[in-house]
Amino acid sequence: MDYFLELLLGGLTRGSIYALIALGYTMVYGVLGLINFAHGEVYMIGAFVGLIVSGLLTVLGWPVLAIVAIATVCAMVYAAAYGFTIEKVAYQPLRHAPRLSPLISAIGMSIFLQNYVLLAQSSDFQAFPQLVPDFEFLEPYTHIILSSELVIILAGVVTLIVLFLLIKFTKIGKAMRAISQDRQMAMLLGVNVDNVISATFIIGSALAGLGGILVASHVGQINFYIGFIAGLKAFTAAVLGGIGSIPGAALGGLILGWTESFATGYVSSDYEDVFAFGLLVFILIFRPAGILGKVSSEKV
Amino acid sequence: MQTILDVKQLTMDFGGLRAIDHVDLDIKQGEIVALIGPNGAGKTTFFNCITGIYKPTGGDVLIAPPEKKQKRINGKKPNQITVAGLARTFQNIRLFANMTVLENVMIGQHCRTRTGIAGAVFQGKKVRAEERRVIDYSHTLLKKVGLDQYVHHLAKNLPYANQRRLEIARALATDPFLLLLDEPAAGMNPQETAELDQFITRIRDEENVSILLIEHDMRLVMSISDRIFVVDYGKKIAQGTPAEIQNNKNVIKAYLGEDIDDA
Amino acid sequence: MAEFKKSFIAALWFVILTFPFVAMKVDSFEKVVTWRWDNVLYMGVGCFFFSWLWRYLLQRKEFSKTEDKNKKSLFQQTLKDRLFSDPKVFRPVLIAAFCVAVIFPFLFSPYQTTIMTTALIYVVLGLGLNIVVGLAGLLDLGYVAFYAVGAYSYALFNYYYGWGFWSILPAGAILAAMFGVVLGVPVLRLRGDYLAIVTLGFGEIIRLILENWDEVTFGPQGIPNIPKPNFFGLEMDFQTTTLYMYFVVFVMTIFTIVVVRRLNNSRIGRAWIALREDEIACQAMGIDTTKTKLIAFGLGATWAGMMGVFFAAKNSFVNPHSFTFIQSAMILCIVVLGGMGSIVGAILAALILVLLPEYLRAFSEYRMLIFGGIMIIMMVFRPEGLISNVRRKYELHGGEKN
Ligand SMILES: Nc1ncnc2c1ncn2[C@@H]1O[C@H](COP(=O)(O)OP(=O)(O)O)[C@@H](O)[C@H]1O
Ligand SMILES: [Mg+2]
Repeated sequence: MDYFLELLLGGLTRGSIYALIALGYTMVYGVLGLINFAHGEVYMIGAFVGLIVSGLLTVLGWPVLAIVAIATVCAMVYAAAYGFTIEKVAYQPLRHAPRLSPLISAIGMSIFLQNYVLLAQSSDFQAFPQLVPDFEFLEPYTHIILSSELVIILAGVVTLIVLFLLIKFTKIGKAMRAISQDRQMAMLLGVNVDNVISATFIIGSALAGLGGILVASHVGQINFYIGFIAGLKAFTAAVLGGIGSIPGAALGGLILGWTESFATGYVSSDYEDVFAFGLLVFILIFRPAGILGKVSSEKV
Repeated sequence: MQTILDVKQLTMDFGGLRAIDHVDLDIKQGEIVALIGPNGAGKTTFFNCITGIYKPTGGDVLIAPPEKKQKRINGKKPNQITVAGLARTFQNIRLFANMTVLENVMIGQHCRTRTGIAGAVFQGKKVRAEERRVIDYSHTLLKKVGLDQYVHHLAKNLPYANQRRLEIARALATDPFLLLLDEPAAGMNPQETAELDQFITRIRDEENVSILLIEHDMRLVMSISDRIFVVDYGKKIAQGTPAEIQNNKNVIKAYLGEDIDDA
Repeated sequence: MAEFKKSFIAALWFVILTFPFVAMKVDSFEKVVTWRWDNVLYMGVGCFFFSWLWRYLLQRKEFSKTEDKNKKSLFQQTLKDRLFSDPKVFRPVLIAAFCVAVIFPFLFSPYQTTIMTTALIYVVLGLGLNIVVGLAGLLDLGYVAFYAVGAYSYALFNYYYGWGFWSILPAGAILAAMFGVVLGVPVLRLRGDYLAIVTLGFGEIIRLILENWDEVTFGPQGIPNIPKPNFFGLEMDFQTTTLYMYFVVFVMTIFTIVVVRRLNNSRIGRAWIALREDEIACQAMGIDTTKTKLIAFGLGATWAGMMGVFFAAKNSFVNPHSFTFIQSAMILCIVVLGGMGSIVGAILAALILVLLPEYLRAFSEYRMLIFGGIMIIMMVFRPEGLISNVRRKYELHGGEKN
């Protein structure tokens, strides 16, 4: 029973992470109709900024709580800045290009960022300090859930709620929805499309940065390549739930998290990634619109 | 005259929006029929439904190619419908921008030719002969539409009116018995529109096709159509000869007097 | 001055962005931070000039766009276009290139010859992927999976059943084609960007299987002692084998060029390009898009499979590490740099991307960074590639009679 609970909560943790990253894919897809391949790299950047900042502050001897807070904020801000810049450099000049161009540019950006971090930092795994302290009240349950896992789950839930309210009730949220419905029309109605797209990238990337630092502190090590697999899986989650849909991202994240957790727990851990990709291929083939997505036909 | 296209109770829903609502339409061999209506009435959607680009929610589309049995085509794929003999142009021009004018027309012949990979690689006699035929036929078509001086130019470099002509030539190359033209005069200047008049009639006569066209230019519509169908908000509100349509109350109301007086 | 300010601001922005990465290095166990201020300086200066160049290129692109429209440059041909369309110009170039390629292994050491063989393998891979991405417009990010299928079919069939190179070459090709079709049938109905992701996932799955299925594939250790192709059972020393391998690949390259060239200007090739240009119009013109895509995808896979067999033979050794996403990215970069659908472009790009890191060691460290950069820069400034695919002018006659 404990093993089952452990897998269940483990899956929930993974699911929250995938959801955090998947939100970025889904939001960008909503407004631009583009798969932002470089999104996983933003997550990796967030993790590295967390590592560097917390390392620096530790050396300077700052108190633990301040380190955690500052490192998290820095990770999110930097991730947001990277997301913003990526859009300006690699996507904005291609707004009217053939459909293949922004995709290739996105792949290029992803490869570029990975290798930039590899060259500037290191190709080896780097130890990541444990930022989340061990909560005393969890002491008796550590065989089921760790405090870092609890924090990840809570962060996931809170983010989702905040984001949902943001999209539903704020001006920027309404503008995003307007653009995803009909960009031309939104433009005619006076929505500043460039600003909304930038905002979308900033929000999505900040969430990925948050995911990056949380996971890094939970797993305890990072390297330049972590964004690739995480990004691919988060994308799977987004598609699974129905790309473009925010609740879909959460649902997809959970399903993928549990699938992986139980499959590796009860079947085999060698093929962890194969399960995820297999699931992706399976959904795309049988229900490309995802669980909550709508089937839409292109206007001709 | 034989009925070559028979659309019965065609209906198309997008989510909650009913873009076409139980529309009937028929075309007889050799006719030029116009489909008119205000913007957003559902005319293009109607085209998309009968050419298989959208799957209609309800109704039937029946075609009867000359000397062949009648058959249902709703639910078929666009390419199958083109092979069956319906060819179309698009309201927003959709040429193959980076191919030459000649190649654009040659693509139209794709479904009437056979060369496969092996043929293309080995370039046997038959393959070369087929290729020759396609080139010559396409060139002939281009002459007919008056584009033969542009054969080797990229389609994207053609002026607007000529792009529309090229779309027509490309559609003709698929060897259709019914040609569907979506706003062929859109974006043309008055003189080009005036030329279009004779152009369409000539195509009908020379190529032996019937024509269904969507058009906003009432002078053009009234002068070349044998019959006219009017739709508004997805519903058919009138049908008849140009003279009948001009005096139809519903039509005048739908247009609120616009355009119709010029005719 | 305004330009100066813009560049300055851009440089400042990038310095801030990259600061934690280039300036600091933290060791959280030893608790030391290494500062690298010199890097910040390089970054700032580099970004300053680069942003200047970026804006200059953007302006030039805008300018040439309006220029094109104004002049209605229908009849204009650049020198470069002439170089590739005028037989008087390109024939001698072609013959010269052929001669150089033939005498190359006799002039240079076996080491150089091996490098050149690798380069030629990439030329063929580039041409193969060019069919899929460049002509048909299907973004395949898992091309290397089919390459792996070819390589491992040689390695495994040889290890378990003792098959030779020449019997496995067609087998590997067919096997890869089958993989291509089996993956393609369900996936090719999807939108282009989903296809990209699925092929990426597929590439990873193949690699993971090769890595984890120890009993059959020997996992990460790989399979050694794969024999080279034999020449009617002749015993050959190392030097002759290298030479022989080079010429086998060279012949394969020529064969590929001929095939791709003929396809490009055939009924099938035109259908691919139409598909790339506008899928809906293509289908409305009576082309079965699913079938057309499948042919492109399967053919691309076939070529990758064949080259996989060559690769295994050339290296005498395979392991999963040769088939990572990096390889797919590199081949894609060849297509993008060369120009979508352009044969000459793919050849040039493959030679540049393989030989440059090989001979400029300093460059090789930054190889992947540069691949990524090339993809972005090409898409933003020159989406048609180094050498744009010039459409053939079909000869006209006979048409006059009508
Ligand atoms: N793919 C689609 N999805 C949703 N709505 C559509 C789609 N295509 C057309 N419509 C809607 O159907 C209606 C009719 O459009 P259309 O057929 O283009 O009109 P027309 O050609 O008569 O101007 C419009 O309200 C349009 O927004
Ligand atoms: Mg319309």
